[in-house]
Amino acid sequence: MVELVAKSAGDGLLPVTIGKLSLTEEVPTALTSLMPFKGGAAALEAALGAGLPGPGESGAAAGGRVLWFGQNQYMLVGGAAEGLGDAAAVTDQSDAWVVVRLEGEGCEDVLARLVPLDLRPQVFAEGRTARTELMHMMSSVTRVGPQAFMIMVFRSMAATLVHDLKTAMQGVTARR
Amino acid sequence: MRVEGKGLINRGHPVSFTFDGMRYEGYEGDTLASALLANDVRLVARSFKYHRPRGILTAGSEEPNALVTVGRGARQEPNVRATVQEIYHGLEARSQNRWPNLTWDALQVNDLAAPFFGAGFYYKTFMWPKAFWEKVYEPAIRRAAGLGALSGENNADSYEKAYAFCDLLVIGAGPTGLMAALVAGRAGADVILADEDASLGGRLLAETHEVDGMPGAEWVREVLEELGEMPNVRLMPRTTVTGAHDGGTFGALERVAHHTIGRAGTPLECFWRIVAKRSILAAGALERPVAFRNNDRPGIMTAGAVRAYLNRWGVSPGKMVTVFTNNDSGHRTARDLLDAGVHVAALIDSRHDAPDCAGVRVLKGAQVCDSGGRLGLESITIRSVSGEDKLQTDCLAMSGGWNPTVHMTCHMGGRPVWNQDLEAFVPAEGAIPGMRAAGACNGVFSTAGCLRAGAEAAAEALDALGVAGGAVELPAAEDDPYRIAPLWAVPGKGRAWLDFQNDVTVKDVKQAAVENFRSVEHMKRYTTQGMATDQGKNSNVAALAILADVTGRAIPETGTTTFRPPYVPVSIAAMGAGSQGKGFAPQRFTTSHKASVERGAPMIEAGLWYRPSYFPVSGETTWRQSCDREVNMVRESVGVCDVSTLGKIDIQGKDAAEFLDFVYTNTFSTLKVGRCRYGLMLREDGFVMDDGTTARLSETHYVMTTTTAAAGEVMRHLEFVHQGLRPDLDVNFISVTEQWAQFAVAGPKSRELLDELLDEPLSEGDWPFMACGAVEVAGVKGRLFRISFSGEHAYELAVPARYGDSLFRLLMARAEEKGGGPYGMEALNVLRIEKGFITHAEIHGRTTAFDVGLEKMVSGKKDCIGKTMSERPGLFGDDREQLVGLKPVGPVKQLAAGAHLFNEKEEAVRVNDQGYVTSVAFSPTLGHMLGMGFLKNGRARHGETIRMVDHLRGLETYCEVIDPVAFDPEGGRVRG
Repeated sequence: MVELVAKSAGDGLLPVTIGKLSLTEEVPTALTSLMPFKGGAAALEAALGAGLPGPGESGAAAGGRVLWFGQNQYMLVGGAAEGLGDAAAVTDQSDAWVVVRLEGEGCEDVLARLVPLDLRPQVFAEGRTARTELMHMMSSVTRVGPQAFMIMVFRSMAATLVHDLKTAMQGVTARR
Repeated sequence: MRVEGKGLINRGHPVSFTFDGMRYEGYEGDTLASALLANDVRLVARSFKYHRPRGILTAGSEEPNALVTVGRGARQEPNVRATVQEIYHGLEARSQNRWPNLTWDALQVNDLAAPFFGAGFYYKTFMWPKAFWEKVYEPAIRRAAGLGALSGENNADSYEKAYAFCDLLVIGAGPTGLMAALVAGRAGADVILADEDASLGGRLLAETHEVDGMPGAEWVREVLEELGEMPNVRLMPRTTVTGAHDGGTFGALERVAHHTIGRAGTPLECFWRIVAKRSILAAGALERPVAFRNNDRPGIMTAGAVRAYLNRWGVSPGKMVTVFTNNDSGHRTARDLLDAGVHVAALIDSRHDAPDCAGVRVLKGAQVCDSGGRLGLESITIRSVSGEDKLQTDCLAMSGGWNPTVHMTCHMGGRPVWNQDLEAFVPAEGAIPGMRAAGACNGVFSTAGCLRAGAEAAAEALDALGVAGGAVELPAAEDDPYRIAPLWAVPGKGRAWLDFQNDVTVKDVKQAAVENFRSVEHMKRYTTQGMATDQGKNSNVAALAILADVTGRAIPETGTTTFRPPYVPVSIAAMGAGSQGKGFAPQRFTTSHKASVERGAPMIEAGLWYRPSYFPVSGETTWRQSCDREVNMVRESVGVCDVSTLGKIDIQGKDAAEFLDFVYTNTFSTLKVGRCRYGLMLREDGFVMDDGTTARLSETHYVMTTTTAAAGEVMRHLEFVHQGLRPDLDVNFISVTEQWAQFAVAGPKSRELLDELLDEPLSEGDWPFMACGAVEVAGVKGRLFRISFSGEHAYELAVPARYGDSLFRLLMARAEEKGGGPYGMEALNVLRIEKGFITHAEIHGRTTAFDVGLEKMVSGKKDCIGKTMSERPGLFGDDREQLVGLKPVGPVKQLAAGAHLFNEKEEAVRVNDQGYVTSVAFSPTLGHMLGMGFLKNGRARHGETIRMVDHLRGLETYCEVIDPVAFDPEGGRVRG
């Protein structure tokens, strides 16, 4: 009888703490891509028990958080993907992304070194999300707290993500 | 020398540093320039072309002379302006462009030969022989002329880049900028106040003006305290805004650690991109030198710089100072020096109606026409109505008036406007959208005027931002008029310097005009005036005023050259921060990476991915040994290879089949559920884009595979086709490349291996070649595809990526038990060449389906992207170079990719070219080298002998043209 051992995307890379900043791996129960078919948005909303977020927005749904993830594309982080019906292309992405949480005083300054977005709280408030460039990587950035961001990049780039975030965290911390 | 009781330096905190190996003491708050002057070091550099002794001219970032090298080894930083370099304990600075040393520089002979070296000399002299320019003349000239040098080692420093956003960006923190920031900050706007100096305050730190009844520096301290407490105001000292760009974006260079010995993790510099809704340019003004004979001697400085050294750093650059001015501001220098107890020999004012100055002799209507001294100023010659007089002095403070710092307003094509009263250019209004120039950079030269302008500019910005601002009380300050009479150059013989940094004289500019380089842009290029790292900040206006004079035109008519970003030199390292070494691109690692590296597999880059080249075992000393073994292993038992890097695209929807029929040349709507099909995709121009297998998981669900290299391109193509061409189709797709770890299990024993691993063995008959379906491994749901890139009975097994590492190790171990093992990219390549399978070496963008022999895959029953275009004349037929196999038949057995093919009897020259070789490998299965390539009418020429010539490697081989499928052409093994 064989056995397969699961490894998270950030295995061996995290956590990292530098000064007042911490970077930890999040392992949501599932990541599920939801892409409604034509005329399927309403049925998907009913199945989710929540409205689909507009561009740059996120919201609670199906026991998790649903992120706007691109044109006609949503990402359900956590929660239950079962029973969402056939109104949307439902694709398991649980293993496709590394999910990290950047938290602490100065986390905006860290991201300001990597992400070309206006992340001031009055512009990018809690719950706001963006698909954006992070250094050289395509990423998803969501503010999940007054001083906390959830960041996702493709799984294969986990090491580069941690490297880039760590360098920026050091740069910010060294200036204090 | 230091002047007691003056300066804003911290005298309780001495700092020691070295210059050219000599140890000196300064104080915290000193720049290298102020500390050197305090130690009476006047000679700090040699000039670019003539190697003339040079001293410190200014007190700011515009400094043209005092360029030094800081640090040693890999960290050495050349061309640092001593005027912006703050001193710190252990600072090591060295002078540049001299040999063997600063006081005795061998190349000062250049100065004696100066009559020959004027503008245009090089262009005229080194014309012949032509070949000499690159080999002889240029290297020699470069050695003689110059700046500092890089270490030649890898840069050991780290750099940063960052983004910032605000409502209002205030550029410059002098009285105008501080007032603007204060008004906008109090109103609650998000403000960034950036200034290139370490201490904010601008000229208020360099003058003795009172503001609001207190010393200027004191008022600055209070304002900064208030601004510092505002959460909506961000102060950015040591940050030079370098450029104004589109959409309210500004570049800015922050010198983060140049003033320290450096702490781990601290970047040296940070390059900012600041996005602001509005901006206020409060960049101040730069003082102009006056051109007269030998005006470049160490000890001759701008008058404003002398005041700055006195008032801010408590240094008098001389014991007996003379002032030479054409405007009232020069008188301040005399007054401040006298008040501080420094001896002022004379005040020479070129204006006949110059005001008096208490305590000093004012020579009205007089001019300085020459200077004397060896390595520093000892005397000046004064010309007046009564004749010429010599005067002993060790420092001359000169002022030719002030140039508003208009540079930033010209970065988007704006041209500055000539102001006759100021004898200077001022910014054109609206030159940068959303920007308002205010204060000295807009031609307002009094402190009160600047404070008012700052407040007004802020009020205007607040209005535009829709932020309500309260009334502000303007602090009281001096409001002296700025009176000036133009004086660009003192007439006379000899060389009068305009551009100190590029050694350009008044005579050079006149020579340019004589040779008909009358346009200011031509004059600039002919003389190199303004082309040094100071970008002519000190010389542009004077040079064009002289050009205007000799060409008989007015100054505004003559026009200016173009100011471009960056405002100050910016290191490339800062702009490319993070991209050193491996930071240049993200690294993509497969789940099997660790296990492969543990096996000693050398990794090669495939796009951003890292893939194992081969897996050496003990006793193997070359890659070929490992590769040959791995190929034999796959042909004889079983091999395992990570193929996760291939693009995988999940395609769902009721119109998925129709969509695929449109993007692929062949038909996928007829594919049965549970089966895969090889597909070919064309670009819109009819050439082959990519290939791969696509599996049908259900009626409405497919998973497409692409090549590793084209995964992104195919995804983009599908998006384009869906969004742009067939939005009517109800289909959605998403990349699942990263979701699945996928491994090829190839070889006669592949089935045996899988049966051991899968929870349920593969049932006979259900898994023919090209079957696919769901399987379980240790309870984990996976996907299995019976596809083959090796020509063997093979499968690809996919599991969620979290299990990738575990499954790969398991597959390796089980394969090894059967005499197999892992194989890398080299073996994978050999296996596919033996089978004649194409990769992007063959479908390189210039080949059609016809060329690669797959024209039958372009279905005649339906349309697809690229079909019509692929039917254009010339894209098919006997003239096309067609895919063939190649096998060496002569005495030389080697083949080389990139080589060209020629007919046996024809000369190997371009016009006789018959085709080229795309892929080669040694086939251990067949015992000789094999090649793939494209040959004119190749499919009809199987059996012919052809000559392969590699002109680069000097290789020539006779080959037999064969079918591209060299091994098992019937495909019995793959189906078996």
